[in-house]
Amino acid sequence: MSTLHAPEARHVVECAYPPIGWLSSGALGLVVVGGILLASYAPRKAPLGLATALLCAALALLVAAAFLLARLENFAWATFATVFKWALLAYAVTSGMIEFAFVHDHTRGSSLVLVTLMLVVFALSVPITIAFTTARFADAKGGA
Amino acid sequence: MSDDAMVVNAPTQQGPPRERTKIQVVPLAGLPVVAMAVIFVALSIGFNWQWGLMFNHVVGGGLWTGIDLFVGLVIGPILGRLSIPARAEFSARFMPMMVIIMPTVVMMTLATGFQVARSLGNLSASSPNHAWLVVSFCVVGIMATTALGVLEPANIAVLYEMNKPVPNGEVIHRLMQRFVYTAGILGVMQVATLIIMTRLGSR
Repeated sequence: MSTLHAPEARHVVECAYPPIGWLSSGALGLVVVGGILLASYAPRKAPLGLATALLCAALALLVAAAFLLARLENFAWATFATVFKWALLAYAVTSGMIEFAFVHDHTRGSSLVLVTLMLVVFALSVPITIAFTTARFADAKGGA
Repeated sequence: MSDDAMVVNAPTQQGPPRERTKIQVVPLAGLPVVAMAVIFVALSIGFNWQWGLMFNHVVGGGLWTGIDLFVGLVIGPILGRLSIPARAEFSARFMPMMVIIMPTVVMMTLATGFQVARSLGNLSASSPNHAWLVVSFCVVGIMATTALGVLEPANIAVLYEMNKPVPNGEVIHRLMQRFVYTAGILGVMQVATLIIMTRLGSR
């Protein structure tokens, strides 16, 4: 659809934002791989070294995304906050359900800690991606 | 979706915006159904309720696969050929429903699927189905990352853009393209899911 006739002033306002969405999606991808690794060994104990490395890499990406996000100026923070809090609620419920299933399946000790931290990354990375994608196109002054 | 969640004018219209009603990004009327699904899944897992686990997994999985295939391979290509005003009008009615339906059916399917696999012994490394199960984890992992990292953010961003007094047609177009392409990828991955699940069920 290259034949858009939007007025000049309303052309795509896509500032050169840092790759926050890619970083948070990367964190999500890494914890998904870690989750697959742990699940593929269940009910046996999975090798925790690789899963821990994946978690650390995911945490690093998430922290980098948060750091870059915090430095943004002229950004639609009101829109970001609105979307983030509701998405966080939804994915906290989803993460809680997954955590419940693991606890119910007698996952304990270091495996449970790893799963819990992966779910925290999951529950934070998805809302960051959704809220950032929404807010980057929103009006910085008045939100959406 | 509620009746007030409509957008009727084109996002690329010239001149002053016409009167529009705001899109309800999350259809609140659907939330009690979501809450019931969450409670049903939690009870099924908590009490090892075999029928409940199987019901949630089969119904959730069937809906997930069916909707993904239909959207990715039927609705998506049609949507891609529509004019932007028509696409916007369709999306204004369609996307809020997807916001509430898809996470619910995915949660029903995945949370109970693991329990079903455990109770059937498919998680055991000695099970002949174990390799297929691991492949299904990988397929679901790709779908989850694609859906949560690309499709859902695009979906929400489109709805927010449409709620602006004067939506930007090019932003909507670009975000909708993401939606259409990722829906296509998910449709193809769902074909793989169908093969794996029917294979598992027939062994």
